[in-house]
Amino acid sequence: MKQDSFIYYTLHLADNALILGHRNSEWCGHGPVLEQDIAITNISLDLIGQARNFYQYAAKLMNKQNAPSPNGKEVGGEFTEDKLAYLRDVREFKNCLLAEQPNGDWAQTILRQFFFSTYQFYLYRQLQESHPDEQLAAIAAKSLKEVTYHLRWSSEWVIRLGDGTEESRKRMLNALENLWPYTGELFVPAAYETDRMDLKNIKEQWAQKVKDIFSEATLPYPAEGWMHTGGKTGMHTEQLGFILAELQFMQRAYPNSEW
Amino acid sequence: MSRTEEHTTVSAETKKIEMILEQVHDPEVPVLSVMDLGIVRDIKWNNDELEVIITPTYSGCPAMDVISLSIKMTLLSHGYKKIKITQVLSPAWTTDWMSEEGKRKLAAYGIAPPNPKQQVCNDKLFAPDEAVQCPHCHSYHTHRVSEFGSTACKALYQCDDCKEPFDYFKCH
Repeated sequence: MKQDSFIYYTLHLADNALILGHRNSEWCGHGPVLEQDIAITNISLDLIGQARNFYQYAAKLMNKQNAPSPNGKEVGGEFTEDKLAYLRDVREFKNCLLAEQPNGDWAQTILRQFFFSTYQFYLYRQLQESHPDEQLAAIAAKSLKEVTYHLRWSSEWVIRLGDGTEESRKRMLNALENLWPYTGELFVPAAYETDRMDLKNIKEQWAQKVKDIFSEATLPYPAEGWMHTGGKTGMHTEQLGFILAELQFMQRAYPNSEW
Repeated sequence: MSRTEEHTTVSAETKKIEMILEQVHDPEVPVLSVMDLGIVRDIKWNNDELEVIITPTYSGCPAMDVISLSIKMTLLSHGYKKIKITQVLSPAWTTDWMSEEGKRKLAAYGIAPPNPKQQVCNDKLFAPDEAVQCPHCHSYHTHRVSEFGSTACKALYQCDDCKEPFDYFKCH
């Protein structure tokens, strides 16, 4: 049971990175200017790389303990990173709801990235410093270097847009209204999270960082309110099904195809 | 064979393998070998199996799979039979591991080599651009166009003197 929950936790970290990475990749060729198109797709690449590291590790752990196949039916042979990404159904994904929210306009994409990168930054720092599992700590340490770039880039954009023109500010406020109710879930521990991470501490650091950046961006820090939850245990918004339909189509339609 | 002799033979063999790995290049930056990049962390013998331990530059670097394959193919073509490539993540790769020779080759190729790491890599906002030397006219009068460039490891700069845009292998 303890091992199961560790595998779930590893999958949760992987799914977060994959789903946000996929969302960001939808900007490829559509960014507002070439440099920022390249920036958001670079961030996407980093996130998908992190997801691969977590999936590879989860697959290794699952093969070791002969875990049941992820969707309850035989997927054949050993678990691999690809099977975990391409052949699990929506209810088996454990990513936070924030990661799957639609791109919206540039302001919404930026704010989602900022909320998430701030969370990931403090989360990976804690994993790196205090997680007893060496491989998780190593993936976190490696990824933290990349997340530092993501956090700086998205912070600068939040300030630029929040304290920018009337139009950019309006869009930022709109994004804030859309996304804020999805931030609470980041700090509500799932059963597989409770014994290893100090989410309370991460929440305090997250809130402080968001307050600092919002104050520079002249954006209001919203009051605590009702928050959506469920993503961590597989209860997703309608968005994830559409993401998986696109992400998994090739492997589902042409099993084992390669390119 | 005495202990010292054995040790000498092994390290001579390791040296030979390092020489061979000098011929394996990064597919994205073809002037750099895997040795120049500093991604080969160890070369080990487990009885008759040769193990090469490598570490990725960035988590999402798409070149890593090609690099692993090239290392294997190159060693096979030099007569090594049992080869294992292992990827490790810790300690995390840093541009400080790039060889001086590698930095020289990068500059000659038109990519500004990384500055020493302690100069940047912080989370300060709107930080002033690093003083990066133009690989074409050698001026330090340059500015950053974007922190994210054509590959994960590069940023985009432009020279204010010769006006040429250039890639900077960013510190990491």
